[in-house]
Amino acid sequence: MLEIKNLHAIVAEKEILKGVDLTVNDGEIHALMGTNGAGKSTLSKVIVGDPSYQVTEGSITFNGADLLSMNTEERANAGIFMSFQQPIEIPGVSMANFLKAAVNAKRKSQGLEPMKASEFLSMMRERRKLVEMDNKLINRSVNEGFSGGERKRNEIFQMAMLEPTFCILDETDSGLDVDALRIVAEGFNKLRKPDTSAIIITHYQRLLDYIKPDFVHVLLDGKIVKTGGPELARQIEDNGFDWIKQSI
Amino acid sequence: MQSEKQYIELYQECREQILKRSCAVMNDVRDEAFNRFKSAGFPSQKVERYKYTDVDKAFNPDYGILFTPLGIQPSRYLFNIKEAPVDASKYYNRIADQNDGVTLLNTMLAHECLMVYVPKNTKVEQPLSVDNWIKGEVPSMMNRRILVVMEEGAEATVIINDHATDPQQFLTTQVVEIFCHDNSRLDLYDIEETTPQMRRFSNVYIQEGRDCNVRHTCITLHNGQTRNTCDVMMQGENAEATLNGCVIGSGTQHTDNNTLIRHSVPNCRSEELYKYVLDGQATGAFAGKILVDKDAQKTSSQETNANLCASPESRMYTQPMLEIYADDVKCAHGATVGVLDEAALFYMRQRGISQEEARMLLKNAFLGQVVDQIAYEPLRTRIAVKVEKRFRGELKKCEECKLCK
Repeated sequence: MLEIKNLHAIVAEKEILKGVDLTVNDGEIHALMGTNGAGKSTLSKVIVGDPSYQVTEGSITFNGADLLSMNTEERANAGIFMSFQQPIEIPGVSMANFLKAAVNAKRKSQGLEPMKASEFLSMMRERRKLVEMDNKLINRSVNEGFSGGERKRNEIFQMAMLEPTFCILDETDSGLDVDALRIVAEGFNKLRKPDTSAIIITHYQRLLDYIKPDFVHVLLDGKIVKTGGPELARQIEDNGFDWIKQSI
Repeated sequence: MQSEKQYIELYQECREQILKRSCAVMNDVRDEAFNRFKSAGFPSQKVERYKYTDVDKAFNPDYGILFTPLGIQPSRYLFNIKEAPVDASKYYNRIADQNDGVTLLNTMLAHECLMVYVPKNTKVEQPLSVDNWIKGEVPSMMNRRILVVMEEGAEATVIINDHATDPQQFLTTQVVEIFCHDNSRLDLYDIEETTPQMRRFSNVYIQEGRDCNVRHTCITLHNGQTRNTCDVMMQGENAEATLNGCVIGSGTQHTDNNTLIRHSVPNCRSEELYKYVLDGQATGAFAGKILVDKDAQKTSSQETNANLCASPESRMYTQPMLEIYADDVKCAHGATVGVLDEAALFYMRQRGISQEEARMLLKNAFLGQVVDQIAYEPLRTRIAVKVEKRFRGELKKCEECKLCK
């Protein structure tokens, strides 16, 4: 599904990614761990096409297509979704209008007519329940006045509405209490189809207790330096990164 | 340039004709306005209040003057001033600024005046609509005059719509005098949907008595060069005034809103919110002064001007002003000029929304604060639709208007 080769990327003239290779096949869950500033968020932003990051070398293909030649919205409509580490507040744009625009943009890219209003509303109602999101929040502007936990839940709700095939969860667990984490993780699992793939960026084991990874990668100083199974996350939880750094 | 000259000559040539077409109440003040205009002329850009509008240039082309008769739908509250149910001379030209060249020109050239008169304790349920339109195949000028008298305890909503579609150079001057007697309520909307060739000068003067509540909302949806002046004189205690406005500019459109709220007596409240979204090479100017006289203790006033420059070449000039001579007041003012939020744009694009649509949603949301305050619900809905269409580039003329087809 996603194939990253020798990826180098810079932001504000500073090289952050220094040759990342990563292949994610259909249905696989990859956890990405690493110290602060190692380049985890940069990698996810480069995948989704944040214009502030510049790729200087390497390639990314998504289902055979050259991802780097597509703009942000084309990548999203091709099925890539990122749950933001810090979801953005958009005053004055209602959740309903925002989601309607997003759902219909995707339909347009697939050559479909815009969704009927009634159909859209019932879809919102049904998907909202998956993440146990309060109806009051739906009637507000996007993320306006949402608590940290509500914002993260809202990310998963948006994912439910957009049905992506490739998800990046960028520290979705940060700022969530234990119950909220369970709801968000279970929501993700319910939404996930057999061929849905994901990259999960996290510092902690607890999210991976709910969403079981097939692979765990360690990203240090812009490169993937170690790859293992779920047990690697546990080792990092117990011992930190120093032992990995020393073994390089 | 000396644009005044042609209007002085025009008046001298057409005076008899205008007097004949008009009525006593308007003719009685005409020559005096002419004499004042002759000596004062148009305000130059050195005059503080006209810093951002070149009046001389706007009036310079050789316009044919239109004496379009007032077409008034029969109504209990709308009159031609010569059929006014009260002595209109008590009101006509009484609060209009006698030092403003544009107002003077209007007083000397306007041949008819629409009067809105709402009698004592009368609550008008349906809004009173006034549609102005200008058509023609040669450069033309029109001078409109409106007088609004709200008797004690009267209540009404008035919607003034300014239309034009012909791609011809037009110039309109508009002077609106509004008298709100004690305890009256007026919700007034002044909406412009014209063309890039239009030049509009609108001067609104409002006098409020005790316990009044006046809301004035000025919306510039589509225009060429616009200058709107709104002066509010608060002369009775415990009155309220709200001045709201929104402007959408694109191309080389220019919109200049200039307001004055004068608190002369204690215990009044005023609120002002003007928002601009400028794209292309559009320019905007806003200057709002709140003047609190020495005796106007316990005045409460809040003035806000927020602007979005959505393109690198758009320009906004803003000047909120407080001038306070009383010592026990609560007044605040603020202005912001910003650009579209890049983080929000990226967030929306990550959800698949195109760059163009995302920009439209943000611009629309920005003006929502003004649109949401439109009290008359059907108008609020209509304006919300028009604002969105305007941002999508679909509103090029006032399509709903039968007159403009």
